[in-house]
This record gives sequence, C-alpha cells and structure tokens, in this order.
Amino acid sequence: MNPAPSGMIKKDPSPASSTGSVVKIQDLCVEYRAPGFGQSSTVAVKNLNLEVQQGEVYGFLGPNGAGKTSTMQVLLGFRAATSGAAFIFDIDVREAIARQRIGYLPELTYYYKFLTAEELLRFYGKIFRIPRRELDSRIDALLKLVELEHARKRPIKSYSKGMQQRVGLAQALINNPDLLILDEPTSGLDPLGRMKVREIIERLKSDGKTVLFSSHELGEVETICDRVAIINRGELKVEGRVGDLVQKHQTGLEKIFLNVIGYQPQSQS
Amino acid sequence: MSAVFALANVVIKELCRRKDFYVLFVLTAVISLLMGSVNFFNIPNIVRDLKEVSLLLIWISALVIALTTAARQMPAERENRTIFPLLAKPVTRAQVIAGKFLGCWLAVGVSLAVFYTFFIVISSSREGVWPLLNYFQAFWLQWMMLAIVIAMVLFGSVLFTSPAENVTICFFAVVGILLLGGHLNRVALQQSEPVRSIAYTIYFLIPHLEWYDIRRFIIHNWPLVPWVDCLLATLYALVYVVAFLFGAWLVFRRKALTTA
Repeated sequence: MNPAPSGMIKKDPSPASSTGSVVKIQDLCVEYRAPGFGQSSTVAVKNLNLEVQQGEVYGFLGPNGAGKTSTMQVLLGFRAATSGAAFIFDIDVREAIARQRIGYLPELTYYYKFLTAEELLRFYGKIFRIPRRELDSRIDALLKLVELEHARKRPIKSYSKGMQQRVGLAQALINNPDLLILDEPTSGLDPLGRMKVREIIERLKSDGKTVLFSSHELGEVETICDRVAIINRGELKVEGRVGDLVQKHQTGLEKIFLNVIGYQPQSQS
Repeated sequence: MSAVFALANVVIKELCRRKDFYVLFVLTAVISLLMGSVNFFNIPNIVRDLKEVSLLLIWISALVIALTTAARQMPAERENRTIFPLLAKPVTRAQVIAGKFLGCWLAVGVSLAVFYTFFIVISSSREGVWPLLNYFQAFWLQWMMLAIVIAMVLFGSVLFTSPAENVTICFFAVVGILLLGGHLNRVALQQSEPVRSIAYTIYFLIPHLEWYDIRRFIIHNWPLVPWVDCLLATLYALVYVVAFLFGAWLVFRRKALTTA
C-alpha cells in the first residue's frame, strides 16, 4: 500500500491520559446469562486487569472462546460488563465520547454494501464531525493509502474480500485515531494483503499510535507486538514484553501459548 | 445531530438504491394513467373516481414503503453486523434510533411527494382546477400519519425477532386502526362492563391514524381543513412518535447486539 500522506496519519502524540495508559481494564467480569431456566450462566471474562500504554502495539491472544471478543466488546461499548470497569483515555467506555479517538477494524467486513468506498468514508467522517474540506482530503489520502482510488465510486458489494478489508482499514483510520483496535486484522487475507496490513500497523506504531489487536497468527504477533497478553477461559494467564517472555521461557511465543492453554501433544508411537 | 443526519442520509441512499420504490411508483403511475385516459361510459364525474382510486393507491404504496423500509432497519444492522463498526464510533444507541427514524420518515416523504406530484398533474389537468393547498394538507397529514407508523414499526423492530413478523403485526395494527379506530368508542357504548372499559382504554391509547385521512376532502372538492386542526394533528403525531421512539430506545439500549 502507498505510504501514508503527510498529515494524514502523523499527528503529535498527545498525552494519553493522566495515568499514561490508553486502555485500562479493572477487575472486568463478563457473564452470559443462561438462555433457559435452571441453566447456569457462562463466565466469559473473570477478573481481568490490563493496561495498554501509549505508543504500544499490544497483542491480545487466546484460543477461541477465551474471552477476547467479550473483552473487546466491552471496550467498544457493545456489551455492558457484569462487574468491573474499563477506561479508554481515562473515560469510561460506557460513554460514547470514549470512542472519539478510537479506530476499530472488525474481523470480517461489516459495512453498508450498497455504498461506495467514498460514501462509506464520508458517512463515518460525518459521525466524527470532520469539517467537509478536511474530510475530502482525508478520504483522498486514505483511499490512496489502501490503494482503492480506482474503485472509489464502485459499491462495496462489488469488491473482493481483500478490497473490503482495505476499506475497513480506511474507515478505522478516518478520524486519525490515537488508539486502533483490530480484531484479527489479517484473517482471510492473502500473504500480500497480510504484509500490507503489517506495514500499516508498523507505520502507525512509528507515528506514536497505540494498537491493540487480537490475532491467531503468533509469528506475526511476535514480529509486531511490544507486549502481549494471553488469556484462557476468561483469565489472564501471561502478560509481558515479547522479548522478556521469550527469554524467560526459553522458547518461542507459539510454545508459550500452547503451554498456557494446557495443550498436550499426542504421544508419538 | 450530525450523526443522526449522517445515519438518515444512509437510509435514504439505501431506499434510492432498492427497487421497491420504483416498482410501486411505476405501478401507481401506470394505473393512474390508465384511469385518467379512459372515459368510462361518458360519465362526467369520472375524475372523482380517478381521484379516489389514485389516492387509495398512494395510501397503500406509501404505507408499504414505510412499513418495509422501517421494519428492516434495525434487524439488518444486526444481521449484517454493520452495527458494530457504527457503535464503535462516538454514536449513542439513541442517535441510531433517531437517525433511522429520520431517514425513514424523510425517505417516505420524498416518495409521497413524488406520488402526489404525479397525482396532482393527472387529476388537475383533467379537472381544470389546481387546489394546491388542499393537496398540501392531504400530503402533510398523510406524512404525519406515516411518522407514527414508522416510529411504531421501529419500536416493533427492536421487540420482534424477524422483520416479517414485525411487518405483519404492524400492518394489521395500522389497517385495524384505520378501519375500526374511529368506531371503537361507539362499540364500547354498546358493551357491558368490563368490556366497555377495556374498549374505551384501547380507544384512548391507540394513535388515531384515521384522523389523518382526508381523502374525501380531495375527492369531493370540499373546503380546506382548518389549519389549527392540522397543527393539532401534527402535535398529536409528535407525541406518539416520541413515545414509540422512547420505547424503542429503552429496549435497544439493553439489547445484546449479536444475533447468535
């Protein structure tokens, strides 16, 4: 993808918050009520405590059903926490204003497919109250960044999966966010697409942005992330700097991950 | 407010890019044109019949557009999961409801304006008179009635799981009110307790959509409805719109977003 135009992504990093943490999760519990009478509720997240500092790329890892999505849903205000609290830039995530400085890329492409890429970006830009002239230049820059200038007037439903994922990335950057939450951003992309997304994450990091992302691609996480957290069955099992964890366990991130989730390899005959 | 207007704009764009409106418009236009071009049995008052049929078509078409457009808004957001990137922006759930309502109401207003323009051109050119204020009153009151319907359907769309179920229930409720709402108090009088009290309660609770139907004023070239009555009808519609949207927000603010 094209390099980010000056002034588009670059922005003087402002103080993240009074405590220095961009994301703060305190004793978070998320429970799903049982659908029927007499059935016990499911605990998705149990007393989770996390802090993501400004300028970090933070990997949020765990097997399927570990509680990653539930935690992200609380952070994004999609779901209320059963107990505990979560803050973004020191603002309670239940407040809509907490999402003013966030960019979110969902795992799959959930956009209005009858709109064109340009219309979609304009729609989200209006929600952020970006002045018209500034919005025009941002849309141009972002479409150039994700290499969709040629398809800007085409409805999204006519895009390939990779193109739709790139529109998603563009919409996540429309407000020039200080925090990016990416839910498996490279899932379903071809190797070239993955590399391009990685390039963008690295560029955002060099611009002082904070990135929180979940992924199952542990090699990718090891390359990009400053710190990681591994959760399993709703509980935080491991957290720390990637280099420190690798040194401490004398093994790669994948092995650490498998140990944490209690994976026992089948005995070889 | 910018989020509300942005959402409304998307709803209007969606309606413009769907085929429903165009199919209904073409059908209404073709039937009205046929009615207008045929001189049945040399009856001089044929324009009256033409007006009656055309207005009925406009009422049905606008109601269908309002019901189907409003009913699919919230379920489509959840099924297509477009609600996730939307609510990840600084948008409250109340703004989502308000934006959806405004978009549907404006979209239906545009459709209604197109229908009425066509109707006025056909009927007035045949009749030779242009009572534009009467037509404006008919248009305005119908649009206000549709505001209540849209708010009611949006409320239903966060209550019921499937849009088809919601459309069916709301359609029968609207048609029931239009046909029977005005007679419910007289029916109540003939009943014994406790049916009488129940019938009266329903009579005072339901939105009286039939008050907004002034087709006979247009068909028989009656004078204008007093403007004060139009204003009161508008305020009455506003009360029900606010009540239904508030109810929709109360349900939606606690609703889990996933369909799974």
